[in-house]
Amino acid sequence: MNPELRDLWVYLSTSPLLGLTLTLIAYQIAHAVYLKAGAHPLANPVALAVALVVAVLTLTDTSYGVYFEGAQFVHFLLGPATVALAVPLYAQWPRLKKLFGASMLALAAGSITSVVSVWLIAEALGAAPEVLRSLAPKSVTTPIAMGISEKIGGLPSLTAVLVILTGIVGAVMAPALLKSTGTHDDAIRGFAMGIGAHGIGTARAFQLSETAGAFSALAMGLNGMVTSIVVPVLVNWLA
Amino acid sequence: MADRIGGNISSLTDGMLASITVLLIFQLIGEILAQWLRLPVPGPVLGMLLLFAALVVRGEVPPALRDTANGLLQHLSLLFVPAGAGVMTHAGLLASAWLPTTVAILSSTAVTLLLTAWVMRIGAGGR
Repeated sequence: MNPELRDLWVYLSTSPLLGLTLTLIAYQIAHAVYLKAGAHPLANPVALAVALVVAVLTLTDTSYGVYFEGAQFVHFLLGPATVALAVPLYAQWPRLKKLFGASMLALAAGSITSVVSVWLIAEALGAAPEVLRSLAPKSVTTPIAMGISEKIGGLPSLTAVLVILTGIVGAVMAPALLKSTGTHDDAIRGFAMGIGAHGIGTARAFQLSETAGAFSALAMGLNGMVTSIVVPVLVNWLA
Repeated sequence: MADRIGGNISSLTDGMLASITVLLIFQLIGEILAQWLRLPVPGPVLGMLLLFAALVVRGEVPPALRDTANGLLQHLSLLFVPAGAGVMTHAGLLASAWLPTTVAILSSTAVTLLLTAWVMRIGAGGR
């Protein structure tokens, strides 16, 4: 690299501008690919965008910390966006009242199943204790999962990654999986996606319909609360 | 005419500004309550439930709030990209435990999705 170009790079790489711009460009490319692929679930925009960002950071030898200085502005919007989920949720209020009992049963079943099944399977395959503890809260939204992980002796930053992976896996498999078992009600599909795949599942559920998205948002919020209460108890029993 | 357009635009942005402020205030209330009551739930999730309760009490969604919420949620996927890129910081640990984590995440997520949907269908009367 010639000196002038290198100076420019050194200057730019210390400002938040690159991380922010990279995030937006990577997402828009990923979203365009997703649309081009006929909204195929395997072309998940989060997974594609993450892969692009990681590839660029690796090629330019940029650390995640430097990248996040800029990307944190996008990351911050997760807070107000989570609050904003109340709006589509409110639009489903009449259906929600009718499905209240069924939702509570599904919430209890899904929350416990997620924790117990991931623990037993990973344990049987020889995962280390810290990995098991980091995996336990995999189905809830990142900030709750990180808090739980810390409380039970996992690695919060590893949990964040496993949570995102779970979200992507759930978002990719859920529509086809649920359809194949004859679940056609968008309220139920959305609710299951929110329990199994938190915010990324919710983002995917909104692509199915507003009803699916709203029920997914509700399930995600409720599951966060229930899981943070049941995980410490379950882990005590499993470990 | 120009006045009217200016007025419309400013009332449009006023509505958006007010809506963003509402979202941030509910997030803030959520954060404060979560800290204060030592709840295990993050502030934004509590803020969502509080805003939902406020909308139920109010009986309608202000149009500007609906537009702002829809705008934010339209590209919800984008907001997970920065945290997702954190995968690179655990490349080593993930490489050594990739088989148990991958199999566990895949099968546990499938079981969770199916069981949740099944229980909810039974609970809702077998739809």
